[in-house]
Amino acid sequence: MFSHTLALLIAVPLFAAFFTPLARRISRKFMNLWVIFSLGISEFLVLVLAKNVIKGDIQVYSLGADFPALTSPDGFPIRIILQADAIAVFMALISVFIALLVGVYSWRFMEKEKSRDKYYTLLLMLTAGMLGLIFSGDLFTMFIFLELLSIASCGLIAFYIHKGESSEAAFKYMVISAVAGLMILFAVGLLYAQYGALNIGALAAAIDFTFLDITALAFLVAGFAMKCGAAPLHLWVADAYGEAPVPVSALLVIASQVSLYALFRICFTLFGVSSAIGIIAWLLIILGVLSMFIGVTMAILQTDIKRLIAYHSVSQVGYMLLGIGVGLALLGNMTSYGIRAMEGGIFHIINYALYNTLLFLAAGALIYRTGVKDLNKMGGLAQAMPFTTIFFLLGSLAIAGLPPLNGFASKLLIYESVFRFNPLLSIIAILVSILTLASFIKVFYLAFLGPKPTEFKEIKEVPKSMGLVMGVLAFLVILFGLFPNIVVDNLVSPAAQSLIEQFQYISAIL
Amino acid sequence: MSKIVKTITCLVSLPIIVFGLYIISHGHLTPGGGFAGGAIIATLVALLAVAFEKRLSQQLFSLAESLGLLLFIILGFFGLSSSFFHNFLAKAVSFGPNPGSINSGGVIPLMNLAVGIEVFGALSLIILLMSQKND
Repeated sequence: MFSHTLALLIAVPLFAAFFTPLARRISRKFMNLWVIFSLGISEFLVLVLAKNVIKGDIQVYSLGADFPALTSPDGFPIRIILQADAIAVFMALISVFIALLVGVYSWRFMEKEKSRDKYYTLLLMLTAGMLGLIFSGDLFTMFIFLELLSIASCGLIAFYIHKGESSEAAFKYMVISAVAGLMILFAVGLLYAQYGALNIGALAAAIDFTFLDITALAFLVAGFAMKCGAAPLHLWVADAYGEAPVPVSALLVIASQVSLYALFRICFTLFGVSSAIGIIAWLLIILGVLSMFIGVTMAILQTDIKRLIAYHSVSQVGYMLLGIGVGLALLGNMTSYGIRAMEGGIFHIINYALYNTLLFLAAGALIYRTGVKDLNKMGGLAQAMPFTTIFFLLGSLAIAGLPPLNGFASKLLIYESVFRFNPLLSIIAILVSILTLASFIKVFYLAFLGPKPTEFKEIKEVPKSMGLVMGVLAFLVILFGLFPNIVVDNLVSPAAQSLIEQFQYISAIL
Repeated sequence: MSKIVKTITCLVSLPIIVFGLYIISHGHLTPGGGFAGGAIIATLVALLAVAFEKRLSQQLFSLAESLGLLLFIILGFFGLSSSFFHNFLAKAVSFGPNPGSINSGGVIPLMNLAVGIEVFGALSLIILLMSQKND
């Protein structure tokens, strides 16, 4: 049974997605329970998988073979091969956990919507797309699941289709992801034409860095950077996160992290040490710094609470690109601070997932009760919604990197290690952090303090299930901030090692 | 629509279904398959919607969509004794040219059928949603 976890992790959310419209015919409550139950099963499966994989052995699964481990019968990998190493399991843990929380949160948040069955179907398909993208061991399957992810996200962004802005945001997202998808497909074609293989392990073993390979690398990096919302192509982020239903915005954040993972997988595992990788590393670093700076400066100007958090997401993606970019620049002769920088970047992924989800869900709680998104129309909500206030405050302090919260732990890793690499980059990162704090002080003051508008007299605290979800996230934000060493040693460090050690990956597949 | 259109629609409806089913069931042998066959059957729904101008219920097609997808993935689960999507019905087929034996694809024809049901449901729904005014 447990040898099939890898395939079941993709199959269970897909099956659940297809069954949801039928569950809706039985009753709405059953559908909600079904969604949460299936996400719970996925969570259980990913925990089982993590228990085996984190220790260092890479698990592979060959779909449709006589037995799952039969990846390359004649020394050449055929069939669709799924793989799970430490970084893949790390990403899967985050995505399934956030999807589960979002599923619980949506129960009350979406209860007034008529077409909830479509919402939940798309939500589960988005989860399946993310898991497929994480675990797929070949480039073409990766592309397929990226498209599944894009289509599901597009439908979810356009959920409030009766508002004009939603369909505009969805259209923008669709254009960007179609262009990114085509670039990735073109790159896959370039590689397949030369080596006759699609499997990442087989390609990594055969690749000899011709001009076409470098072209393919450029297309892949551009495509995935577009999908993860890095700086020059961050235009879709604010619209998409701002117009989607709040729980979806939280899950879209994770979807962009998964694209970031795919980018790292391409750079580290597929290409590895080569002459071109230095340029790509500096490109990632520059994209990171640009994202940080542009994101935060745009965020300061916003008055729509969701757009504001969306621009901060762009800025936070920059930190991960910076950390991993420094690691990539040092890949040939890895130093201790290079590994620290990568650990910082990877640790920031999980921290960012936690506090950004917390911020989005707390903003959702405000929107759920007040019905407005404009910060200038809010005010004085701290008295009426004390728990939401505490959760939002924790989230905003974490995103600004204040001790003892989790944002501080990973940002400190990035500052210290990047300072050894290039002090200027580190100074920009600290400056961006200060600007983030300034921006969130404004949000906190406008939304929670000050006089309360008369129309908000009747405002109550949010329902218990939504409060519980935010409470779990807030607890983890504090826990990861107080004991970062436990997380770094058990999850982040193996993940960074699995990115660096390309040969282990290749030998597991071939 | 006029009586001529209605009569012709009734006349061609059976050939359309048979041709669609033929394309689906020979999907593993000849060009075509679940998607093409399902689309052919869905054209009948378009024809019916245009000719008779009646409101068709969307429930049935939505059900067909879910059932097709479920059938597809359940066939994947049936292979779990060896691995997911294992072709558990496959048997040895003699090499070389043969007249086209239907029972030579294992679960592939069944999966084609599942895709056919799904595409029929989905395309019909799209056609209905585009042809009928939302209220």
